[in-house]
Amino acid sequence: MLYQANRERMDKGRVDWFTVVLYLAFILLGWLNIYAASYDLENASSLFDLSGRAGMQLVWIGTSLLLAFSLLKIDVGFYETYTFVFYFVGIFLLVVTLAVAPNINGSRSWLVMGPVRLQPAEFMKFIIALALAKVLNTYGFKIMSRNNLLLVSAIILLPALLVVMQSETGTALVYISFVLVLYREGLPGGVLFMGFAAVVYFVLGVRYSEVQMGMLSVGEFATVLLIIVFTAGMVWNYVKKRNVVVTIIILAAAVFGAGYIASYFGLKFNYGLLAIIALGTVCIYLLFLALRFWKWIYLLIVLFAVVSFAFVESAEYVFYDVLQPHQQMRIKVTLGMEQDLRGSGYHVGQSKIAIGSGGLTGKGFLNGTQTKLKYVPEQDTDFIFCTIGEEQGFVGASALLILYVVFILRLIHLAERQTSIFGRVYGYGVVSVFLFHVLVNIGMVIGIMPVIGIPLPLFSYGGSSLWGFTILLFIFLRIDKSRRPF
Amino acid sequence: MSRSNPNNKRKYVIAGIVVAVALVYILQLFNLQILTPQYRDFADSNAFLRKTLYPARGTIYDRNGELLVYNQPTYDIMMVVREMRNNFDTTDFCNTLKIDRERFLQLNRDMRDKQKNPGYSPYTPQIFMTQLDIEEYGLLQEKLYKFPGIYIQGRTERRYKYPNMGLILGYVAEVDKNKIESDPYYVRGDYAGKSGVELSHEEDLRGEKGVEILLRDAHGRVQGRYENGEHDKAPVSGRDLTLSIDVKLQALGEYLMRNKVGSIVMIDPRTGEILCMVSAPTYNPSMLTGKDFINNYLQLEQNPYKPLINRAIAGTYPPGSTFKPSQGLIFLQEGIITPETRFSCYHGYPPLGGRPACHGHDSPLSIQPAIATSCNAFFCYGLNWMLSNRTKYDNVAEAFDKWKDYMVSMGYGYKLGVDLPSEKRGFIPNSKFYTNVKKTDKWNAHSIISIAIGQGEVLATPLQIANFAALVANRGYFYTPHVVKERKGLPLDTVFTNRRSPKIDRQYFDLIANGMGDAVLRGTAHAINLNPDVQVCGKTGTAQNPHGEDHSLFMGFAPKDNPEVAIAVIVENGRFGATNAVPVARLMLQQYFNDSIPPSEKGLEQVIANREILPYIYKKNVPKIPKEY
Repeated sequence: MLYQANRERMDKGRVDWFTVVLYLAFILLGWLNIYAASYDLENASSLFDLSGRAGMQLVWIGTSLLLAFSLLKIDVGFYETYTFVFYFVGIFLLVVTLAVAPNINGSRSWLVMGPVRLQPAEFMKFIIALALAKVLNTYGFKIMSRNNLLLVSAIILLPALLVVMQSETGTALVYISFVLVLYREGLPGGVLFMGFAAVVYFVLGVRYSEVQMGMLSVGEFATVLLIIVFTAGMVWNYVKKRNVVVTIIILAAAVFGAGYIASYFGLKFNYGLLAIIALGTVCIYLLFLALRFWKWIYLLIVLFAVVSFAFVESAEYVFYDVLQPHQQMRIKVTLGMEQDLRGSGYHVGQSKIAIGSGGLTGKGFLNGTQTKLKYVPEQDTDFIFCTIGEEQGFVGASALLILYVVFILRLIHLAERQTSIFGRVYGYGVVSVFLFHVLVNIGMVIGIMPVIGIPLPLFSYGGSSLWGFTILLFIFLRIDKSRRPF
Repeated sequence: MSRSNPNNKRKYVIAGIVVAVALVYILQLFNLQILTPQYRDFADSNAFLRKTLYPARGTIYDRNGELLVYNQPTYDIMMVVREMRNNFDTTDFCNTLKIDRERFLQLNRDMRDKQKNPGYSPYTPQIFMTQLDIEEYGLLQEKLYKFPGIYIQGRTERRYKYPNMGLILGYVAEVDKNKIESDPYYVRGDYAGKSGVELSHEEDLRGEKGVEILLRDAHGRVQGRYENGEHDKAPVSGRDLTLSIDVKLQALGEYLMRNKVGSIVMIDPRTGEILCMVSAPTYNPSMLTGKDFINNYLQLEQNPYKPLINRAIAGTYPPGSTFKPSQGLIFLQEGIITPETRFSCYHGYPPLGGRPACHGHDSPLSIQPAIATSCNAFFCYGLNWMLSNRTKYDNVAEAFDKWKDYMVSMGYGYKLGVDLPSEKRGFIPNSKFYTNVKKTDKWNAHSIISIAIGQGEVLATPLQIANFAALVANRGYFYTPHVVKERKGLPLDTVFTNRRSPKIDRQYFDLIANGMGDAVLRGTAHAINLNPDVQVCGKTGTAQNPHGEDHSLFMGFAPKDNPEVAIAVIVENGRFGATNAVPVARLMLQQYFNDSIPPSEKGLEQVIANREILPYIYKKNVPKIPKEY
């Protein structure tokens, strides 16, 4: 009893009402927009009609609020203690789902128990966040030690693998977004940079892979130049020697100059070959420096350049020979290489038209035609942002986007003010999930990201996802409420 | 927590990424919503108008290239409810279409009824009324500017050149809800084949719908094509079909069978092509097209003689004596009898006290004369010997299932697989059936003796009987019978070009063919003797019918050597095979071989055509049979 009383005194902190108000605003606006997206002028059902989508969402909202309230009542120690139990139950459920789930629209992620349908993958998000928090909270934890890195990777990748097997690639990518947490906790920025570089190489390489320039395609040529620039940048960042950077640039330029002069003497000016020679020259120069000054860092930079080049060469192969045609098509459409208004580009094409037709101030609530004409698919789940764009226009859509940014910045602020590593890591887990969902979902709807079917948090129609986000958020608010003073 | 942890600065990187990406997104929103005029145009226009372009349905020809079925334009009225103004002049609209207000409201309700029209939306064009003719179309077109939200959509309607073969061609009608839900190709108001070739070859005939994407302004006026028609799709016309039916032969058959119930099937044994397929009574295919469809359909459906059933493939009859050749083949092949085996007959089957009875003829007989004289006793002996043979078979069940397998391999007992819907399989029992019916496995040949002469439990469709005639004509193989000879630009399915051969030796077929030849020369079917022009082989049948007079049957082929045609005729309640079925078959063969009825046979043609053999039907308020037959 004494123990409990002690705890209660510590729990006197307040719930962060700012976040709660934002949460309420999102679910309320989401509800109204679900109503608008499924609105039928002729047979207009009431907002509260349980047979309609809006009415059902109201049920989910009600249960979510109950859930949120209960979560605020549960002691923080409970989560810390039972984290691994949660984790194994979660993994167990994912395996069970894989075994028994029926095929619903190509996805095998639903656990059907009588009238109730649940998606365990949704609940795995907060469980992974808890598990990471627990592990990183271990005394003397160093992220860069090999065992720790393996453990953390396993915590994220095991459920990700299971979810991929359920054909929910989007959700698996959400789990991968926990890398952001690791970054905050000390994973070298170079890792993030390499991820970024890989994406840039891939996009450049594939986007411009159809025109040849000598030995290489235009895309590969541009990427090789980029590798030289990145290499120079790394030298600048890690060695901090300006003369080396300048030498690298001069070397590369000299190779092209030599090629240009050689073309006067009958040699064909081959961009691709020259780019490779330039990169090779830079690498040899850096190797020379490594041996001369006996510094590992030069060797690592050379390694970066070589691996980058190998990645570029294999990216095209992976894209054309490993990816399925429909996956290729989605990526091509996103990169603007294909205009396929009927196939995979149809969704995005229609959603861009819907959003674009909203203009500055939109057509007004319930007055959107594109979404109601059923041109836009999944209009009340993954593509709900269309309804905002069409009916509320640029003003409304930007406002909602800014509201999400404020929400996420607030979560970052809350995460940073945690006094325990457990709280901070969990907080960044929440940030990662919300950030990834918002950026990918809206990016997809406005045609910047490929079509990955994940919902807009707290907005899209759906019970499992709303419950999942509510649990994720309110556990964090509970942790925040009981943070220990310095 | 050390304040100096360098990682603490990383929150700025993360927050920076969030803000940077959000800025990019806002720029993209600005680009889409403010800068791109293309989307602003869409904002001014209400939406696209997707106009379906209907393909021409494939036309149908007979085997000689005679056009049978073609298309004629007709018009549908489409309504976009959202575009209709409050001051819509209903009175004027109704007057133009010559409908009353009540009908207008009814059509409106039907259109909005989610039960009848699952795809209803007030924003998209919905079918309000179908099948305007060209005059109504003209009247409405003139006034169309007065009726915003009303559009006219052209499509085509089936037309028939001949009043014949309604049951083979089938009809086309609006798709029902089940069809819409099971096949996404169809939407409400689409037409699809509902029976006959129109149904079985729907996917050939329908072609592929096209689409034209138009842009409209806020007043619903069409402003032009979306991106100059780049996303439009031209319709692909349906595939033309050539039937194997000879329309002249078919017309004669329907003429001869008027006022009778029954069927004629003629097959070219060399290919399995069906030359004619008469089912009486039948109807004129033009009845089931256009605005009178519903009335005519109800009338036909309520007709007690059931003219909508294709008796050639869906009528099952006891085959009677036409069954005997198949029995002979089994007994010979199984070695139960030899071509010389003789059985005696004393006006009936002696072991059962002269039951089943037989008529007077020489005795004892071997298989060939037994076929010619249609001796009942011979085939009863044969079946008894087969089922009682315990050296070849362990028990009666094994013997009987062997028998059944032979029957099935000859095309009986299962659907033949003709390319028409609603074929029936007839009935050939197996040993389990009798064990269940008799409630013991101690039954023997004598308990089921009537199947030896095509009575009792066995049932066959006229098509199966004609197909068996084709099998004998070919002396050992047949092709799956079919009515579609050619699909334009596509080969025929291999199921129609592969031979099907029961495991019976050719020599036995020769023997049976000789017996059937003798039946025509000096036996029961002598009335179809066309010597010296053509040597016909045939077998009559008289099937006992518990509901009334016996059915009259004939099965045969001609000429005896190098046969060109196999035929089966059934006249319900026509009594002896020779009385009605044989003369019908004679006239059909005359038409086939001479392309006309010779003057000497015109009298017979008149007699047969004027004969009325309709069973009396105990039913009140029997509607009149349509006058086409």
